[in-house]
Amino acid sequence: MIRTKRARRALTLLVCYGVIAGFVVFFLFPPYWMAITSFKTNQEIESLEGIPLIIQHGATLRHYRDLFAKTDFLLYFMNSVLVTVPVVFFSMVISVLAAYALSRLGFAGAGVIGTGVFLVYLVPDSLLFIPLFKIIGALGLLNSKWSLVLVYPTLIVPFCTWLLIGYFASIPKELDEAALVDGAGHLQMLVLIFLPVAVPGLIAATIFAFTVSWSGFLYPLAFIFSSGEQVLTTGTVTSLIKGDVYHWGGLMAGALLASLPPVLLYVFLMDYYISGLTAGSTKG
Amino acid sequence: MRLGPNGTVLDAAAPARALPARARWRRRLRSRAAIGLLMCLPLVALIGGLVAYPFFYSIYLSMLNKRETAFIGLDNFRFLMTRDVFWQVVQTSFVFTGLAVFWKAVLGFTLALVIHTVPTGGQRIWRGLSLIPWVMPLALSSLGWWWIYEPTHSALNWLLVLIGISPKPWLSDPYWAKVAVILVNVWYGTPFFMITYLAGLKSIPAELFESSAIDGASGLQRLRHITLPMLKSIIAITMLFSTIVTLATFDIVRVLTRGGPRQSTHMFGTYAFELGIASGDVPLGAAVSLFMFPILAVSAFFILRGIRRSTV
Repeated sequence: MIRTKRARRALTLLVCYGVIAGFVVFFLFPPYWMAITSFKTNQEIESLEGIPLIIQHGATLRHYRDLFAKTDFLLYFMNSVLVTVPVVFFSMVISVLAAYALSRLGFAGAGVIGTGVFLVYLVPDSLLFIPLFKIIGALGLLNSKWSLVLVYPTLIVPFCTWLLIGYFASIPKELDEAALVDGAGHLQMLVLIFLPVAVPGLIAATIFAFTVSWSGFLYPLAFIFSSGEQVLTTGTVTSLIKGDVYHWGGLMAGALLASLPPVLLYVFLMDYYISGLTAGSTKG
Repeated sequence: MRLGPNGTVLDAAAPARALPARARWRRRLRSRAAIGLLMCLPLVALIGGLVAYPFFYSIYLSMLNKRETAFIGLDNFRFLMTRDVFWQVVQTSFVFTGLAVFWKAVLGFTLALVIHTVPTGGQRIWRGLSLIPWVMPLALSSLGWWWIYEPTHSALNWLLVLIGISPKPWLSDPYWAKVAVILVNVWYGTPFFMITYLAGLKSIPAELFESSAIDGASGLQRLRHITLPMLKSIIAITMLFSTIVTLATFDIVRVLTRGGPRQSTHMFGTYAFELGIASGDVPLGAAVSLFMFPILAVSAFFILRGIRRSTV
């Protein structure tokens, strides 16, 4: 009896690992294929001989060297950084202030704003890019990367506020009562008591803000046309593709390098990332 | 120390010359509200100026003629309804969303279930690896898929031939192009389903399974009578949420097919971009975008209701 139970458990595990392996291959094949292509010589990419899944004729860094020497990749990278830093900073300031007020100051209208924030979180970028295109134009920001600093927070702040409300709400009320007795103002209390306690939430929110800003594609595609103002996503997709002959090696090198910052952030801060991602579903 | 409503501290030792208690209360409350509103002001300004205003502006825009010189009421919407391309877009959007959400839910649930079954020590690494598609910028991973789908030099057709299936014209045939864009969306979105379902599975008390095991319930019975009912609201909310995000798909289609071949893979977002930005008919583009709104609104309503119910 025990033996059959053990055998059944072993069989179950075998099936489970088989299914997991299948999924992991499916999930990781595209980045693997991108990486392997980026290290192949052009002759090998174009060759129809042999097995394409491995490098057979020696790896090369040429595509990466060309990326930096012959294309505007570094410029796009800088533009992405210049957009993302202020976007993350402003989004976090706005979200922290709002989340504190909504979770602690129980004023009239807080409920309405809270529900509103949640609904805005559900608004996708492809619903509003056309009126925003007109508004950005009226503000004279068309074809400027700074237009993104203005619009990206709309995609970030609602989720971050919602996430932080959850973190702030879990801080015991006794803490702020004690601080208020000591005569602390609300801003002081927020900075000295709430922020240190809510660090995991702040990290999760910052990762989210960074990832959204770094990955944004539709807004820069709609608002920016000249090469000098492009960010990494649109720069890689639109400017690295030249002519009818696609330089797959260079293209994959660019796409992979551009994807690296959010992936690295994720690898090092995985637990915060996942806690942010599941905050909504586990609370239910 | 006495506590007022909302956790306000009423200092019992206040000097006698201070305002009478009720006035003091009112002032505290009023200042609380003032501070609260002040702190929400940046958020309200952002949402008001760059979400709410653009939304209403978009409705106004959609009622103008192409040069935006005259008000033409609902003519743009009427015009769209007479166009075959538009109905093609509607059909693709619904088919894409329906199939993609279904497969993401099925695959995400399967993966969550198997990860939940293996020993806890190894779960972290599988969960971690599975989330990579969700973390990569979608426009850039779509570029990778674009190369995968290349018919002669790339991997997918080579693999198909290897296992004895004829190569497919992935992005140049209307049918296979649809399959291709849906597959990328499933690749990208399955990890999100997995992670929320896995969190849900972890929240089910272990005692439920233990007692059912004693009662002799099989794995399938447990799945049907314990796991699925317990996760009902998480499953539904995740699918509704994904419906919104999937319907709004832009990056994948724009990078892989630009809506082609023969407009067969256009969705609301990419078609609106084509008309409004690429061809310069801003009002018509705005009208196409707005067709998404009713579906978004209905989904949002049910999500909100679902979350309220599961938290109360």
